Amino acid sequence: MEIKKGIAVSPGIAIARSLVIDSEDYRIPRRSILPSAKVLEVKRVREAFKSAVAELEEISSGEDISEGKIKDIFAVHLRFLKDKNLRAKVSDLVYNELLTAEYAVSTTLRDIANHFASVQDKYISERATDIYDIEKRLLRHLLGRKREDVGHVNREVVIVAHELSPTQTAGFDRKYIKGFATDAGGRTSHTAIVARSLGIPAVVGLEDVTRNIAPNATVIIDGNRGVVVIDPDEPTIKEYRQHMLEFERLERELDTLRDLDAITRDGVKVELLGNIEFPYEAEMIIDKGGQGIGLYRTEFLYLYSQTEPTEEDHYNAYSEVIKVFGNMPIVIRTMDLGADKFTQSKRFVREPNPFLGLRSIRFCLQNLVLFKTQLRAILRASVDGDVRVMFPLISSLHELRQAKMILRDVMEDLDEDGIEYNPNMPVGIMVETPSAALTASILANECDFFSIGTNDLIQYTLAVDRGNERVSTLYSGADPAVVNLLRSVIHDASKAKISVSICGEMASEPEYIILLLGLGFRIFSLAPPMIPEIKKLVRSVTVEFCNTVARKALMMNSEREIINYLRSATMKVLPEVF
Amino acid sequence: MASTVSQTEVEIKNANGMHMRPAMQFVDTASRFASAVKVSNGKIEVDGKSIMHMAMLAAAAGTKLTIKAEGSDCQQAIDALKDLVEVKLFGEPAWLPKEKAAE
Repeated sequence: MEIKKGIAVSPGIAIARSLVIDSEDYRIPRRSILPSAKVLEVKRVREAFKSAVAELEEISSGEDISEGKIKDIFAVHLRFLKDKNLRAKVSDLVYNELLTAEYAVSTTLRDIANHFASVQDKYISERATDIYDIEKRLLRHLLGRKREDVGHVNREVVIVAHELSPTQTAGFDRKYIKGFATDAGGRTSHTAIVARSLGIPAVVGLEDVTRNIAPNATVIIDGNRGVVVIDPDEPTIKEYRQHMLEFERLERELDTLRDLDAITRDGVKVELLGNIEFPYEAEMIIDKGGQGIGLYRTEFLYLYSQTEPTEEDHYNAYSEVIKVFGNMPIVIRTMDLGADKFTQSKRFVREPNPFLGLRSIRFCLQNLVLFKTQLRAILRASVDGDVRVMFPLISSLHELRQAKMILRDVMEDLDEDGIEYNPNMPVGIMVETPSAALTASILANECDFFSIGTNDLIQYTLAVDRGNERVSTLYSGADPAVVNLLRSVIHDASKAKISVSICGEMASEPEYIILLLGLGFRIFSLAPPMIPEIKKLVRSVTVEFCNTVARKALMMNSEREIINYLRSATMKVLPEVF
Repeated sequence: MASTVSQTEVEIKNANGMHMRPAMQFVDTASRFASAVKVSNGKIEVDGKSIMHMAMLAAAAGTKLTIKAEGSDCQQAIDALKDLVEVKLFGEPAWLPKEKAAE
C-alpha cells in the first residue's frame, strides 16, 4: 500500500482499477501475479514480441527509410525482438518468479542497457539507448491495447495520466470513468474542469503518480482530501467505503434542494446556471436544479472528430441541448481554441507564447469560414429557444465590432437564403482579459451582456500560468488586483444596465460566493455538480452580510489576508462546506 | 562425416568494435549454419546466434574471442565467421593500434 498526496480538485471518492494512459517514459513497478495466471502472462509476453516485430517490419519496409543508418538500427532492433534467448529470459522471469510481463520486460532490458552503459568503450556504451527503445516498444505493445481502449472501456476504471488533454477527455466513456489522478495540473487545469463537470473525484499535481501505479492496480482516489492510495489493504478499502457512503448521503441531502429557489435569507434572488462542454451534460444541470446554461463550451465539436465540424454538426449539438432546456437561457460561446487546446487541424502552428498568441476570437477573426459556419448554426438554432451568443477573449472594442460585423454578415446570408433566425439574439462577451475589464464601460455600450471568465482573467492579471504547478500557488481569485477588477466590471455593467455573470471556476468555489454576492453579482454559471452546494450557501446568507464582507475584503492589502477572511466568513455560515 | 567440433581464435580489428551492427552481422552469419556457435572472451561464453548475447560481450577493438562451432557444418561456420571478423572487418574501417597507443 502506498499513499500519495496531491491537490484535490474535484470532490468524491472512487475505488477502482487503474487505467494508466499516455506515458511515454514508462517506469514499471515490480508487481507479482498469481501462479494461476502465469501461463496467460507468458502468452502476453509472446504476443508483445510478435506484434512489436510486425510493427517494426512494417516501419522498416517504408520507403523513406529503405536504406542507411536508420534501417540498420531497425534491423538490429528486429534481431533483438526475434532473439529466442531474450524472449526466454523474459518468459522465465514471468514463469518462475511470478512477475508481470511488463516488469519482466522492463527489468530484463534495463539490465542489458545497464550492462552496455558500464562498458568503457564509448561507442558500445552508447548503444544502451537502443535497448531503451526496444523496451519502450515492447511496453507500448503490452500496455498499448489498454491505451487504445480509453474511448471504449467496458469496466469501471480510474484514469491515471501525466496530464489529460482535451482531446483525450473528449473520448472518454463517462459511464465507466470513476476518477482521475494526474502528475501535473492545478485547480483549474483541464483535468480538474472535466472532473468537476462529470462529477467524479480527481486529484492532480501528484508529480510521479504514473510511475507508481501499475496498470490495473486497485486505486483509491480521495478527491475531498487530495489523497491517492495505491494497492490499498482491506481495512483501508473498508474505511474508504464508509467515507463513500457518507459522501453519498451528503450528496442526497443536497439533492433535496433541487426544487428550491436560490434565494438569500433576506429574499434576494440569485440565478444559478450550469457550464457544459458536451450536450449530454445538459440534463445534469436540470437534475441539479440549475436554471439554464451560462456557458456552453463548443470546443468539443472541433476536438472530437477528425474533420472540422460542419454547420449541421454544430446545429445538431445545439438543438440537442435546446430540447432539454425549452425556454431557459442558453449562452453559446463561440470557438475558444488555440493556446493550450489544439485541434487536429494543421492550422495551429506552434507558437512560442500560445496564451498570448493566435487563440480564441483572434483565431476566428482570421479564419472566417470556420467562424461563419459556427455563427450560422447558432443563428439557426436561435429560433428554437432562448439562445444567446458569446464571444471569448475580447480584448478591445475593435475586436467586438469585427465579430459583430461578421455576425451581421451571416444574418444577411441567412436572409438571402430565406432561413429563419432571431434577429434580436443577445450578443455578449467574455470579460477575461485585463484590457476588457478595464474598458468594460466602453464595451458595455456595444453588447448585451458580460460574463466574467475568472480563470483567464486571473491568469492574465497575475501573469500566472494556472497549469504550471511550479507557479500555480500564485494563482488566486482573492488577490486584491482581481477583486478590484471584478468590482470595477460590475460597476460599469450596472451603469450601462447590462447583465453580468461569473462563469469561471470562482463561481463554483464556496469561499468566493459571499464576496461575489457582496460585490453585486447575482448570476453564477458553474460546473453542474456544484450547483446544490452553492445553492445551499446562497440560501444560508443575507445580502447585507455579504456586502459587509465584500467591503472589508476590498480594504485588505494581501491575497493571504483576503482568502483567510473569506474562508472564515464562509465557515461561519456553512461549516460543512470545508 | 566431417569432424563435429571446430574452433578458432579471432581478434576484433575494426575501429568501433563489436557494436550493434557488427553483432547483427555476426549473428546473421552464424545463423546460416546448422552448427551451434559459442563465443567466449575468456570470461564468459555466449550463444553466437543470439544478438543479445553477442552484444553483451561488448567486444571492443583489440579484444580476442574464441569461436567454437559444433555440428555437421562446423568448419564452414568457423571459416565464414573468421572471414567476417578479421578480413571483412564487418565492412567497417580498421582499427589502428598506434592511434590507441598515442592517446
